[in-house]
Amino acid sequence: MSDQNKPEIDKISGVETTGHEWDGLKELNNPAPRWWLWIFYVTCIWSFGYWVVYPAWPTLSGHTKGTLGWTQFKKLENEQAEITVRQATYADAFKNASFEQIMKDEKLYTFAVAGGKAAFKNNCATCHGSGAQGGKGYPNLNDDDWLWGGKVSDIYQTLQYGIRSGHDEARVSQMPSFGKDGVLKQDEIKGVAEYVIALSEGKATADMAGAKVFAENCAACHGEQGQGGREVGAPKLADAIWLYGGDEKTVYETVYNARAGVMPYWKGKLSDDTLRMLTVYVHSLGGGEAEEQQAAAPAPAPEAVPAATEGEQQQNATEQQPAAAQPAPTGGEQQ
Amino acid sequence: MLQQNSSNTSPYNDDVVRYFALATVFWGVAGFLVGLLIALQMAFPALNFEPFLTFGRMRPLHTSAVIFAFGGNALFATSYYIVQRTCHARLFSDGLAKFTFWGYQSVILMAGLGYLFGVTQGKEYAEPEWYVDLWLTVVWVAYLVVFLGTVIKRKEPHIYVANWFFLAFIITVAVLHLGNGLSVPVSLLGTKSYTVMSGVQSAMIQWWYGHNAVGFFLTAGFLGMMYYFIPKRAERPVYSYRLSILHFWSLIFIYIWAGPHHLHYTALPDWAQTLGMTFSIMLWMPSWGGMINGMMTLSGAWHKLRQDPVLRFMIIALAFYGMSTFEGPLMSIKSVNSLSHYTDWTIGHVHSGALGWVGFITFGALYYMIPRLWGRKEVYSLKLVELHLWVATLGIVLYIVAMWIAGIMQGLMWRSYNEMGFLEYSFVETVMAMHPYYIIRALGGALYLGGALVMVYNFWRTIRGDVAAETRTQAVGAVA
Repeated sequence: MSDQNKPEIDKISGVETTGHEWDGLKELNNPAPRWWLWIFYVTCIWSFGYWVVYPAWPTLSGHTKGTLGWTQFKKLENEQAEITVRQATYADAFKNASFEQIMKDEKLYTFAVAGGKAAFKNNCATCHGSGAQGGKGYPNLNDDDWLWGGKVSDIYQTLQYGIRSGHDEARVSQMPSFGKDGVLKQDEIKGVAEYVIALSEGKATADMAGAKVFAENCAACHGEQGQGGREVGAPKLADAIWLYGGDEKTVYETVYNARAGVMPYWKGKLSDDTLRMLTVYVHSLGGGEAEEQQAAAPAPAPEAVPAATEGEQQQNATEQQPAAAQPAPTGGEQQ
Repeated sequence: MLQQNSSNTSPYNDDVVRYFALATVFWGVAGFLVGLLIALQMAFPALNFEPFLTFGRMRPLHTSAVIFAFGGNALFATSYYIVQRTCHARLFSDGLAKFTFWGYQSVILMAGLGYLFGVTQGKEYAEPEWYVDLWLTVVWVAYLVVFLGTVIKRKEPHIYVANWFFLAFIITVAVLHLGNGLSVPVSLLGTKSYTVMSGVQSAMIQWWYGHNAVGFFLTAGFLGMMYYFIPKRAERPVYSYRLSILHFWSLIFIYIWAGPHHLHYTALPDWAQTLGMTFSIMLWMPSWGGMINGMMTLSGAWHKLRQDPVLRFMIIALAFYGMSTFEGPLMSIKSVNSLSHYTDWTIGHVHSGALGWVGFITFGALYYMIPRLWGRKEVYSLKLVELHLWVATLGIVLYIVAMWIAGIMQGLMWRSYNEMGFLEYSFVETVMAMHPYYIIRALGGALYLGGALVMVYNFWRTIRGDVAAETRTQAVGAVA
């Protein structure tokens, strides 16, 4: 094995070997391929050129700046400027427009919905779903079943301050824990749960065991017919929409422990423009209510402050009610 | 020809090589299995089982198992096998060699158990805590002594090219490990430590380490493997001695600078990003030098590819090596990187290198070594080698194509603004869009694992001394 330095000619290729041999392995004395060398030189030359025009080498007092004056911060600025330009067409007009004007102006409305959609997906979709379809404890925003109201002003209020969010302006109410606090006995809760389920199916009758319990304990907030009470964010019970679930076990749990969903406040976290875009977007999803019509509709009105007392209402989560509804609900311990 | 076929008569220490070869197979299967699990977890998050089998703990278990346990044992096995034969000398110290085996396995166990119990430095590919780092240092120094000692007492006048690469790998990995591992333990009895560097310096050191783990562990070391087993199997001289010198030194010199391309558009200063990118571009040809030298070694022996699936494993490995070392410099270009960074394109890139290059060259080496280590003429069944080859190749193709599509789509979705200047997609929408590709990726991984299990069966029969009917008749064509 060991030897040597006697180059020989490889029979197959006709090329000389280097004369070395290890464990039967030899090496041909081919030159490195030309194209390989040339591409290597080209990449080097290109790199040297790059060093001249871009920031490249550290020096004692900093680093070489490059002839283009390029920095990643300038690049970022330029790219963001492009976005700003795209938005600028409408941004100023949007900033100065009232909701009323936005709703009437097709371009501003489209702009608001587009911006709201983007903001929604990055901030709201976590709970409400990317299609705003909601989930257990998180209201579906595509329907007209509003807990606290579906007018632009209602939605704006909710978005700014949240529900039971801890913000001073937040909407607050509290359903009592009928079972846990011993207000109702187990069989009463069972009866009222059955009654509530019957209500949602349109089959409730006055002779049901739970009817009386409902009238005495629940109707104050949820309404005689279970039509809901937006002044305290009490969900409508006379429909097939459930926030936490409509099976017997879940309804029992709801009455026993009560529900108190929380939505964070966004004022100060998102810009006011973004919040107004979100408002228009959520309003546009399908259940948005007109400003005037709402006044005539179900819930009493802003002054309804004290009504919330006592808390009663059952499920609730997010979404809430009218403009002025300051947090007054007495019984409420919010979260 | 000096081919030591029988372990009994071998003047070399093949005992430790057999241990490392079996450990390679074992950790390979374990690492692929965990990889499949985390691929499935990406597609179906319900498969995260708290607390031990969550993605956060399984992911470093997978990367460490495949890189350091599978790859590391393969490097130990082949470097010990090759250095003895090309130096015509027995390993420097049998006792120390045995120590490197048990020492390295204990490093793997300590690291892996740490991950399962949530003990980690939180540094990618350098997750083990300080006590494992210290122990690994001891083992690694022993490795260097055994390898270098053998080179020094060689009976050949020259040092074979494979050994240059192995030596570069061993020394550089030591330097990287020491540099990146600098940390201060909170207490001598606790597992927790904090790294000495912080902020962007820490990030830079981390990627200097991380990128050169790829460069020296997964490239230089495995090129050493390539330089022995390809000419051996093809029975041809290495194509060009001069090319091997040029690409060795250019690779070693340039690779070490390329790390900052992992930190484009971050707090890392512009100048460091520029250097990282330009050195990555200059690295293209030095990387390809190894591929060219390996492929051209087959000139005059291309027909062997038709008959020999083992050689085919190694040539396909070179093809994947060439592809991913072209893709790497491409992705280091800032404008490409601004699209590819943080996407699954990176994951696809890594796996074309890992599954295609590292995996396949290792399988080729094992198929060559294991029969010889156990004194068999050839592996139990070449048909099963063929099956392994195609199943695994299909697995890789599914994997990387799925990740290319998913990654580029993801990058484009992240940056897409509508005409009014608002982001078009939310993050979760990109995740939903990638779901089908995650499933395809898991399927690719399952195929790759399936191929490896075929290999395990093949080795089991080989070691038992069985010869498949079809091999008995074909052996002449394939081996001779």
